[in-house]
Amino acid sequence: MHIFLRVLHFKLFIPALLLTLFFSQSAFCLQTEKETQFTEGIGHLLHGNFKEKALATKQVADSGDSRAKSILQAMLEGKLYRVKKDDTLVYAEIKSAQAKISSALTGEQLGFVKKRKLKKITINNKLRSSLKASLARIDLASPSSTTRLQAVNKLIKNLTPRDSLLLAELLQKETDNKVRKALATATAIAKLKTDDTTQILAAISDLSGNLNPAVRNELMTLLGKSKDDAVRAKAESALASIASSISFYGFIEKLFFGLSLGSVLVLAAIGLAITFGVIGVINMAHGELIMLGAYTTYVIQQLLPNSIGIALILSIPAAFIVSGVTGIIIERSVIRFLYGRPLETLLATFGISLILQQTVRSIFSPLNRSVATPSWMSGSIQINPILSLTTNRITILIFSMLVFAGLYLLLRKSSIGLQVRAVSQNRAMARAMGVKAARVDALTFGLGSGIAGIAGVALAQLTNVGPNLGQAYIIDSFMVVVFGGVGNLWGTLIGGLTLGVANKFIEPWAGAVLAKILILVFIILFIQKRPQGLFPQKGRAAE
Amino acid sequence: MTIIKLLSKDTGSNITLGLLALVTILVPACNLLLPETSIFHVSSYTMALLGKYLCYALLAISVDLIWGYMGILSLGHGAFFALGGYAMGMYLMRQIGSRGVYGNPLLPDFMVFLNWEQLPWFWHGFQWFWFAMLMVVLIPALLALVFGWLAFRSRVTGVYLSIMTQALTYALLLAFFRNEMGFGGNNGLTDFKDILGFSLQSDATRAGLFIASGLALGLGYLSCLYITRSRLGKVCTAIRDQEDRTRFIGYRVENVKLWIFTFSAILAGIAGALYVPQVGIINPNEFSPLGSIEIVIWVAVGGRATLYGAVAGALMVNYSKSYLTAAMPDAWLFALGALFVLVTLLLPRGVTGLLRKKEHVI
Repeated sequence: MHIFLRVLHFKLFIPALLLTLFFSQSAFCLQTEKETQFTEGIGHLLHGNFKEKALATKQVADSGDSRAKSILQAMLEGKLYRVKKDDTLVYAEIKSAQAKISSALTGEQLGFVKKRKLKKITINNKLRSSLKASLARIDLASPSSTTRLQAVNKLIKNLTPRDSLLLAELLQKETDNKVRKALATATAIAKLKTDDTTQILAAISDLSGNLNPAVRNELMTLLGKSKDDAVRAKAESALASIASSISFYGFIEKLFFGLSLGSVLVLAAIGLAITFGVIGVINMAHGELIMLGAYTTYVIQQLLPNSIGIALILSIPAAFIVSGVTGIIIERSVIRFLYGRPLETLLATFGISLILQQTVRSIFSPLNRSVATPSWMSGSIQINPILSLTTNRITILIFSMLVFAGLYLLLRKSSIGLQVRAVSQNRAMARAMGVKAARVDALTFGLGSGIAGIAGVALAQLTNVGPNLGQAYIIDSFMVVVFGGVGNLWGTLIGGLTLGVANKFIEPWAGAVLAKILILVFIILFIQKRPQGLFPQKGRAAE
Repeated sequence: MTIIKLLSKDTGSNITLGLLALVTILVPACNLLLPETSIFHVSSYTMALLGKYLCYALLAISVDLIWGYMGILSLGHGAFFALGGYAMGMYLMRQIGSRGVYGNPLLPDFMVFLNWEQLPWFWHGFQWFWFAMLMVVLIPALLALVFGWLAFRSRVTGVYLSIMTQALTYALLLAFFRNEMGFGGNNGLTDFKDILGFSLQSDATRAGLFIASGLALGLGYLSCLYITRSRLGKVCTAIRDQEDRTRFIGYRVENVKLWIFTFSAILAGIAGALYVPQVGIINPNEFSPLGSIEIVIWVAVGGRATLYGAVAGALMVNYSKSYLTAAMPDAWLFALGALFVLVTLLLPRGVTGLLRKKEHVI
C-alpha cells in the first residue's frame, strides 16, 4: 500500500516535473529573448548612429525590462553617458569637471570620474519624440489607470499608423472607462494616418464630435494633405461639428466664469445693499469689513495649520462676528450721529476705512498673505477635454447663493426682518408702532457688516489677502447696488450676476481692463435712464 | 469797482487775498533776490512745494463751489484736475523734442519704447502752447458738461451722484493705466525740459510758475466769490437747501447745476495744468478715487461754503501731509482717517467755523 502510493506519487511526479521544466524552460526562453532584445538595444544605444539609436530605443522600450523606463528617461533628459574606457552605460551628474556616475544597468554607484572620460548619449529632435512615445508605451503597461490615461494622452500627440494595432490590442484589455475612451481616440487617430481610404473615413466618423485638441489638429493636417474628395468633405464636416461644440462649451465656460465673478460681486455687495437700503447710509468702510473677514480666515488658518478645512468652516461664523461687531461699533460710535446727512456719513465712513486699512497694515504688514485652500475645494471638475470647472469657484457660487437665500429668509420670515423692513419703508410709522428704530439700525448695520465678513472668507479663497483687498471691491459693490436698485435683495442678486457675466463676455474681445471700463460707463449711462436701478422700490417706500 | 464791492465786509476773503498777494510777491522775490545764506532765503524746493499747495487750494475752491454752495458732493474732481494736468503734460512732452532718451524729434520716449510708428491723432496740436491751454480748459469742461448733462437732467442726486463721480474717475484711472491709450500708461508723462522756451529747472521759471499759480488762485477766488454773491449764487444755495422747492418756484435747477459744475471742472483743470510743470510728472494716480476724496476733506476741514475755508483747509491738510508722510509715514493714514471722522462729527463748519460768529447752521 505504502509502496503503491509512492509509485503513484512518483508516477505523478515525473510529468509534473516535466511540465514544470517545460514551462519554466519556455518562460526562460521568453525571458532570454527579451533579455537579448534589451542588451542588443543597449548596445546600439552605445555606439549606433541616430537611426540605429531610434530603433534601439524601441527595442529597449518593448523589452519590458524594469530598467528601461529610467534609462530612456535619463536619455531624454541628457543624463545618460557611456564611459569611454569600458563602454559602461552610466547615469551622470556633472559638477564642473567632475561627474558622479552610477551604472545604468546594475544601479551600482561608481563614484566620481573626470568629465572628459565620459561621452554623452546624444539625441536629436526626431529621436526625442520617439523617446517620448517609447516612454509613453512603457507607461501604457502600468497597473495604475491614471498613469495609463496620461500615457495615452501623451501618445496621442505622437502616433504612427503602426500604433493602431498596439492600441487596438490595449483597448481590448483595458477595463477603465476613461482610458478606453482615450485609447479609442488614439486608435482612430492612428487610423487617420494610414493610406487606406475606408479606414480613414471610418476613423473620421469615430472622431466626429471628439473634443480632444489633438483630434482637431490631426483632422486639419489630414485636410491639408489628403487628395480624396470624400475624405476631405467628411473631415470638413467633422471639423465643423467640433468647432461648433468648442464654441458651445466656450460659451458655457464664459457663462460659468461670469456667474462665478457675479456671485463674488453679490456676496460683496449684498451687505452694502442692506445697510444702504435700510438706513440709507453709504458705508465706504464696507470694503474694509470684507478685508477684516479675509484676515480672520487667515488668522484662524494660522491657528489651525493642520486642519485647513475645519479652519475654513470655523472662519465663516468667526468672520461674521468680527466684521459684525466692528460694524456695530462703527454704527454706535459714528454713524448714529450722522443720520439724515448721507454725504457726511460717506466721508466719515471713508475715514474709518482708512483707519482700518492702516491698522491692518500695521499689524499684519503691507505684504499680501495667502490662504490655503482645503483639498475638497481645490482641483477642478473635468467635463470634457476643453471644459473644466474649478471646484473652488463652484463652491463659492453655491455658498453665495446659500448666503443670499439665508438673508432673504431672515428678512422675509423672521420678526427682526419684519422690523427691518418696517424701518426701511417708513421709519416714523415703524417707531409709532413700537419698533425700536435705533436698535434695528444697529442690528441691520451689524448684519450687513457681518455678511461683508463672510464675503471676505470667500474672497480669501480666490485672491491674496492684503490691506487693499477691500478697496478693489468697493466700487464694484457700489455699482452692483446702484445697478440693481436700492433696498431690493433680488436687485442685488440679478445686478451682481448680470455684471459678472457681462464682464466675462466683454473681456475676450476688449481685454480685462477695458471690459471693466465699459461696464462702468454702461452703468453711468444706465443710471441716467433709470436712477432707481433695475428694481426700484415701489409705492410709499419710494421717495 | 465790483471787486471792492465784493470784498467789503468779508474779512475772511480780505485776509486770504491779502496774504495770497503777499506770498505771490514775496516768495519768488526771496528765492531769486536774496542770497542763499540769508535767513529769509526761500529754497527752490520750498517754493515748488508752496506752488503745489496753491494749485491744491484752487482745486479746493472748485470743489467748495459745487459742494459747499450747491450741495453736489463730487468724489471725482481729481479727474478734471488730472485731465488739465495731462493736457499740460502733453504740451511739455512735445517740447522735449529730440532731447529725449531715444532722440526721436516727433514721438515722446514712451511711444518709441512701445514701437509706435506715428503720433496718435489726439497728440497733434499740442506742440502749440495756446492749443494746449485751450485743451486744459476744454477737455475738463467737455467731460463735466457731458457727465453733468446726463446726470442732472435725470435728477441723479445725493449719494448716487457721488458714487457716479467716483466711478467716473475710477474708470479714467483704469483707462489711463493702459499703454494703448497713448498717455504713457503706468509711468505717465515726465522728464519735461522746458515751457515756452524757458528751462523748467531754472529758478526764474519756477518763480514764474509760482506767480502764475498765485494769480490763478486769486482770479479763481474772485470769480467764485463773484458767482456766490450774484443772483446765480443765491439760486445755488437754494438748490443746496431745498432742491425741489427751487424747481417748483421755476428755476431750471439742472441748468444751474450744469453750468456751475462745468465752471468748477474748468478751475480744477487749470489747477492741474499749473501743478504739472511744478511737480514735473503726471501719472494715472492723480485719477485715484482716494485722491479725489482727499480734496473733499480739505474743504471739510477748512469749512465749506466759505471760499477762504477751502483755501485754508487745502493748505493745512497738505502741510500736515507733507510733514507726517516724512516724519511718521505710518501715521498719515491714521491722521487722515481721524480727520474725516472728527471733522464730520465735531466740526461740521470746519476750522474756520470756529473763528466765525454763529451763523445759520449749514
